[in-house]
Formats: sequence, structure tokens, C-alpha cells
Amino acid sequence: MKRNRLLAYSAAVGVSALVLSACSPPADESSDEPTTDSGVSANKATSVSDFGDMDGLVKAAQEEGELNVIALPPDWANYGEIIKTFSEKYDIKVNSDQPDGASQDEINAAKQLKGTDRAPDVFDLGQSVALANTDLFAPYQVETWADIPDEFKDPDGAWVNDYGGFMSIGYDSSKVPDVATLDDLLGGDFKGRVALNGNPTEAGAAFSGVVMAAVANGGSADDIAPGVEYFGKLKDAGNFLPVDPTPSTVQSGQTPVVIDWDYLNAALAKDVPSWKVVVPENAAIAGYYFQAINVDAQHPAAARLWEEFLYSDEGQNLWLKGGARPVRAEAMAEAGTIDQELYDALPEVSGEPVIPTNEQTEKAASYLADNWAKVIG
Amino acid sequence: MSRYGRLTPSLALLPFLGYLVVFLLIPTITVVVGAFQEDGAFSFVNIEALFSDTALRALWKSVLLSGSTAVVGAVLGALLSYLVVTSPPTSVLRRAVTSVCSVLAQFGGVTLAFAFIAALGFSGVITEALRSSVGLDIYGSWLFGVPGLILVYTYFQIPLMVIVFLPALEGLRPQWREAAVSIGATTWQYWTQIAIPMLRPAFLGAMLLLFANAFAAYATAAALVSQGNPILPLLIRSALTSEIVLGRHNLAFALAFEMIIVVAVVMTAYALVVRRTSRWLR
Amino acid sequence: MRTSPTWRITRVVLLVLFGVFFVIPMLAMLDFSTRDVGGGRTWQAWANLVEDPTLSAAIIRSLLLAVLTVAGMLVLLVPTMVWVRLRVPQARRLIEFLCLLPLTIPALVIVVGMRNVYAWVNYLVSDSALTLTFVYVVLVLPYAYRAIDSSLSSIDAVTLAEAARSLGAGWFTVIVRIVVPNIRSGVLAAAFISVALVLGEYTIASLSHYDTLQVVIALLGKSAATTSVAASLATLLFASALLILLSFVNRARRDVEGS
Repeated sequence: MKRNRLLAYSAAVGVSALVLSACSPPADESSDEPTTDSGVSANKATSVSDFGDMDGLVKAAQEEGELNVIALPPDWANYGEIIKTFSEKYDIKVNSDQPDGASQDEINAAKQLKGTDRAPDVFDLGQSVALANTDLFAPYQVETWADIPDEFKDPDGAWVNDYGGFMSIGYDSSKVPDVATLDDLLGGDFKGRVALNGNPTEAGAAFSGVVMAAVANGGSADDIAPGVEYFGKLKDAGNFLPVDPTPSTVQSGQTPVVIDWDYLNAALAKDVPSWKVVVPENAAIAGYYFQAINVDAQHPAAARLWEEFLYSDEGQNLWLKGGARPVRAEAMAEAGTIDQELYDALPEVSGEPVIPTNEQTEKAASYLADNWAKVIG
Repeated sequence: MSRYGRLTPSLALLPFLGYLVVFLLIPTITVVVGAFQEDGAFSFVNIEALFSDTALRALWKSVLLSGSTAVVGAVLGALLSYLVVTSPPTSVLRRAVTSVCSVLAQFGGVTLAFAFIAALGFSGVITEALRSSVGLDIYGSWLFGVPGLILVYTYFQIPLMVIVFLPALEGLRPQWREAAVSIGATTWQYWTQIAIPMLRPAFLGAMLLLFANAFAAYATAAALVSQGNPILPLLIRSALTSEIVLGRHNLAFALAFEMIIVVAVVMTAYALVVRRTSRWLR
Repeated sequence: MRTSPTWRITRVVLLVLFGVFFVIPMLAMLDFSTRDVGGGRTWQAWANLVEDPTLSAAIIRSLLLAVLTVAGMLVLLVPTMVWVRLRVPQARRLIEFLCLLPLTIPALVIVVGMRNVYAWVNYLVSDSALTLTFVYVVLVLPYAYRAIDSSLSSIDAVTLAEAARSLGAGWFTVIVRIVVPNIRSGVLAAAFISVALVLGEYTIASLSHYDTLQVVIALLGKSAATTSVAASLATLLFASALLILLSFVNRARRDVEGS
């Protein structure tokens, strides 16, 4: 009798648990949607004209008072200064969440925190994650839309490339000999000194590093195997250091060689005067990041003002200051609004730039998922 | 007795049971169910993925890490317990060791990883001392892979062993030793024929507990290892946060399911072994 | 029993070796956290514990979480255990199994599977880091259970309860005013170990994207390594101080009550 009852209770608990685990709470309807003068609510605005004009947008954004950004490290393409400048210029508080997060973390946060005050308002994502989540983006076309080449934006404005760079090798010339190609790194002077920024199966920068190694060793964006092989050779030579390079590891001399985006390597030169950055010849892997507005943004006007700021001359030049190539660079160079000094200081790139398409990235990613562990362990 | 029968007093336990169902059982069931789903539909795809090269390699490394630290921790911990138990019961040593061990057994995670980086990292205390005195450079990538994890895990496995095994050692009555000596047994015979057989179940049980503890540990490895996902918990992290290989949430469920199974098997073995011990050491 | 000189020397050597192994990382943390750029010593890293806003906010958040978790554990576990001991002894096995279950279900698994549950929690309660309390109470259950159980077993709760009931006390009085004061040492031990656990918890907080102390320490490790090592050492010292305090309190009680 007791056992039957126990079984009955357990079954009841089990079933109710199964049912409950499938439920989600009701989606939080935003209680009052801020509307602009033209009657369009801020979170459906598709351009600045929906706010009347720029002043209307600024006013709406200032009423919201806050902006939630996510995964923007302060020393990544000068985001620290960008956030500060925006915040001071428009008197809007910027909440910078998870500065160390990856692109997938941004999407995860948006889903998890949907409807809450902490949900991110804007995204800055790597290619794969961006293109896989376009249903989370609100279409918006900034004032300077026409300046942006077609291949760098979504026709509806769901996403726009914001800045990009080339994969590079950064090194401390006072600690290691000069580097020109990836093969140089296999030499005996580099024992335990070469670091890759992140895990290629997880992070975009590291993934592009492997693509660069592939192209430099006879492969291509379609064939990433030579890149994986290269890192295997690097590890076997004892030169590969499985440590995440950070400004402090570079300063302390723990990671004198870093394979990373050129703008990230450029940021390191601020603290280490002898730091040099080189993009290998004929292995120019370019990568742009994707800017988008969260369709459920809690501060929709501030989010749109943020994008206007980023794509204005001021914002684009701030990115250039961080060593990144802003997406409007060509248009601004023609118009003469670009900071010419900074532009000329960017590392030289020779050869045809390679930008892996989404299909190539997917194929390479599954190859990596199967083979990276074998090589690096 | 209550007029409402035997059921009413049990009702008072409902809040507790309900709480556990919500915050423990439902997440577990979510993981188990999710392991067999893909894109919302029933599928074995993720279970199959558990047998891929990468997943099997990670499982093997996890087992290796847990097994080796369980053995090392058990042996060294038993030794330390013996050193403690053979000192007088109220000595400072025993009290100090037991309270220190209870702190250190909880001292895992990020704190421990940084402690070892501070000691053995690139500019760590020991690394620099050895570099300047003997000219030996022990710094290397070993610290950030499985060998480093073995060393670091041992740091909290030994105290855990002491906490779990000391009561068993204390259960060895001195009367047994006296009885053995009185009928002519040598020290060696006492140990091999009485003490060790008595202690074996407790020792094995404690070792199993250490294994489960190391297998489920995440924080220390997450803080120490940034390149590669050599062990199972880090593979789960990668499945949740990777921006390159997308859509692997259900794979994370499957890997977590695999983890539950391994730990459950080990803990069941532990419970069985311990039940045998308690019969003797009453 | 073995008092031979070789054994005594071996004992001392082994104990010293163990001591060295356990103390060195802590000394390393102290040394590392007081390093100044270019040699020399500084306490700046320790000062950052209060000066750095992210870090001090995280410290306060984690301390609050610890207090809330202890409160939650006390409210949930103590009455349940006492009630089981007094009125529903046949449920003891079940409660013991359930309380030790979190040892078998790793925190990593819980955080992977708790997303739906926490979506509800965030909707009904709030989305601040303090909602971690709910899952932390589950995590501390095994340790709290063991501490309170050993204390409960050492007193004759049933007799005490019967005596109180026969004098007309209600069940609430029996639990709160009779039994609980007698298991104070177990409850205190449970509370202290819960605090230590909450302060050291990283897995669930980091994968749920809350900025608790350990998450911030890990984050700072990349940019301000000395500060994060200082924070780690501070956490460790705090937890140790709590546990040492606990042992003193226990000894004082034992002295007062007799054995």
C-alpha cells in the first residue's frame, strides 16, 4: 500500500515537473510605448525622420535616459572612449554589461533578459552569430546610410557592418626578432611565446586567425585544414602558449607574440612602445563586426541615437582611433572628413582581402569542432 | 495523535518538497528531456554527438583528471588523516588540521586558480624564485592544461579526503590493536589483516566521492584554462557560449546529461560502499 | 603508540611538507597582490577592494546573497528537519536523500537546465542578482543538512518535545523556543558553511551572467590581476575567519553547558 502510494506521488511529481519545465512565463508587453511626434512608436522607427529630425531623436533618447550595451570591452577598438563621448555628449547613462562577453553571450542575454530593464538595447556581433539571429534585430537606417557600401549592410537595415580589421601578428620587438610571416613563428626564438586570442571554436578573432594560417599555407576560406595543421606544428614546436593574451600579459612579457585583429594589436602598442603589428602578405583575412538594434529594446530611442552617433563622422573617427577600419572609411576619405593621420597609420595590407562567407564559416566551423581538439587538446 | 490520520503531519513537508521540485528537479528534468531534443523536436542527434571524437576525448580527459586526482588525493589525504589521528585527541594539531581542511575543501574555483597562477604562473612567486636561484624555468603551458588541473585539483581533494576519511580512521578502536598484539600479531599483520580490510570500504567510498567532486568541478577549470576545451565541463561552456559553432544548446543538454549519468553512477557506488562500512564502524 | 624516534621525525617531516604545500599558494597570493610595478610593495590592490566601484558593488552583492541564502536555508530546512525528527520519522530517509541530491547533480547541470525556471523567477520577482538565492539554497542543502543533522542527533528532541507538549506548548513554540536553541551549534555551522559556499560560487553566477564577487574577480583577472588576487585572498581569509569563529563559539558553548 505504501509503495503504491509512493509510486503514485513520484509519478505525479514527475509529470507535473515535465509539464512545468515546458512552460515559459508570459512575454512582458511593454506597458507604455513611447511615441514620437510622427506617431510612430520609438521601437518601430526605421530612420531618423520618424522622430522628426535629429533633435527629436535626441530628445526622445534623453527622456529614456539610459542605454544598455553589452560585450564592449573598453580597449576594443576604442569603445571606452566611444561610450564616454556618447554619454557625455547626450547626457545618457550607458550601462556596459559583460564587457568580456562573446557574441553568443549577447544573444543569450537578449533572450534571457527579454522584457527586463537589463536587456541589451544594441548588439555588436561577429558574422555567424549576427546572420543567425536577424529575427532579433529592428531595422533602422542611419542618416549616413548612403555612404555605406551595399555589401556591408542589410538592405532593410536590420544590421550594418560597423568596423573591421585584418588578422595580424603583433609582437614585442624588444623581446623577439622581427616577424614578417607566420612561418617565422615556428622558429626556435619563439618557444612558448605565441598566443592566440581565444578559442577558434568559440571566438571570432581566433577563428579568423586559423583562417589566416590556412590561407598563408596554401589553403583558403574553403579549406581550413592547413590552418589547423599549422597550429599543430606550432604546438609541437613548443611555441604555442595556451594563454589568453591581455594587456597585462603583454606588459609582463608573458605573451610577446599575439595573433589577433589588427585594431586589437594596435591598442597594445599604447602600453608597449616596442610593439609592432604586421599583416602577413597575401594572407589578408578581413572581418567586420555587425551592429544591430534589439527589436525588444527597452530604450529604443537611445539605441537609435547610439547608431546615429556611431555612424557619424565623429563616431567613425573614434573607431579609427582604436585602429579599426570604419565602414564609411572610403566615403569619408573622399569627403575629407576622415582623420588622415590615423588612416595612414593603419598597417599595410597586401594581396586580395579574404572575407569568409557564412557558408564557408559554417563548413570551417564544423571542421574545427571535429579537429581542433585533436591538434591542440 | 492527529484526528486527520497519518497524512496531515506530512503535509508540513510540502513547502520543502515543492521548493526542491522547482529548483532542483525541474532543471534536471529539463536537461534530461533537452538532451533528446533538437530544434524543439524529439531527436537522437545530440546523443549521437556525445560519441563524436571531441566529446569522447573530453570525457576521457575528465575521467583521467578525476581519477588521478581522486587517487592522489585519497592516498595523500589518508596519510594526512593518519598523521592527525595518531596525535593526542585534544592537541592543537588535530583541531587546526580539521578546521583548515574544512575551509580548504570549499576553497575551489576562481580563488584557487589565481592562487596557483600567483605561485606558478609566468611571474609567480615560485617560478621567479626558481628562475633566480637555480636557473630552472618551470613555467610552461602545462599549467593551463590537464597537468596543471591535476596539481590544482589535488589542493582541494586532499582536505576533502581528510574530512571524509578521518571519522573512519577514528573508528579504528585501539582495543582491536591491543587484542591483536595480545595474541601475538605483529604490526604488519595488524595492518594487513585487520586495519586495512576494515578501512578499505571507507577508503574506496571516499575515493569515489573525490572522483565525483573532481568530475563535476567547473569553476577552477574555467578560470585556469582559456585555450581549448580539454574536459567535459569546459565543453559544456563552449556549447553554450560559442559564437562560431552555433545552435548547440541541446548539445549542452546532452553533455550535461552525460555528466549526470557518470556522477550518479559514482555516487550510487559510493552509497553502496559506505553502507557496508557503517555496519562495522558503529 | 609508536613512539620510536624515526617515526616521530617522519611525522614532523611529513606534516611540514603538507603544511608547506597548503600554505605556499596563499603566501603567493599575498606576495602577488602586494606587488608594485617595477618592484617594491604596495597595498593599492587591497585598497581597490573598496575603491573600485565594480568590485565593491560585487562584494556587497555577494554578501547580501550570502545573508539571504542563510535566511532561506534556515526558514526552509530547519523547521522541516525538526518536524521530520519529531512527527514524521518515516520521512527521514527521503529528506536525507533529497538533501544530498545536490551533491549528485552538479551545479553546471543545474544552471544549464534552470533557464525556464529562472525566466519565471525573473518575471515574478525581479531580475537582480539576488534571485540567485533560490538556487543557492539548494546548493547549500547537503552541507547544511549534515551540520544540522549531527546536532539534532546529539539531543533527545523527541523527549524535549513531549515534555514541552505536555506542559501545553504549541508546535511552533516547541520548534522555535525549545528545539532550535538546543541545536544552535549545528545551525551556526550550517550558516557559516553556507556563507563560505555562496561567497565562493562561480559556476551558476557566471553562466547566468550575474556579476557576483567571483565573476568580477575572474573578469578582473584579465585586466587587473593584482586586484583580483587580493580579492581572492580576502574572500578566503573572510571564510576562514568565519569558520574559526565558529569553532570558538562551539567551544564556548561546550564549556558553558558542560559536555
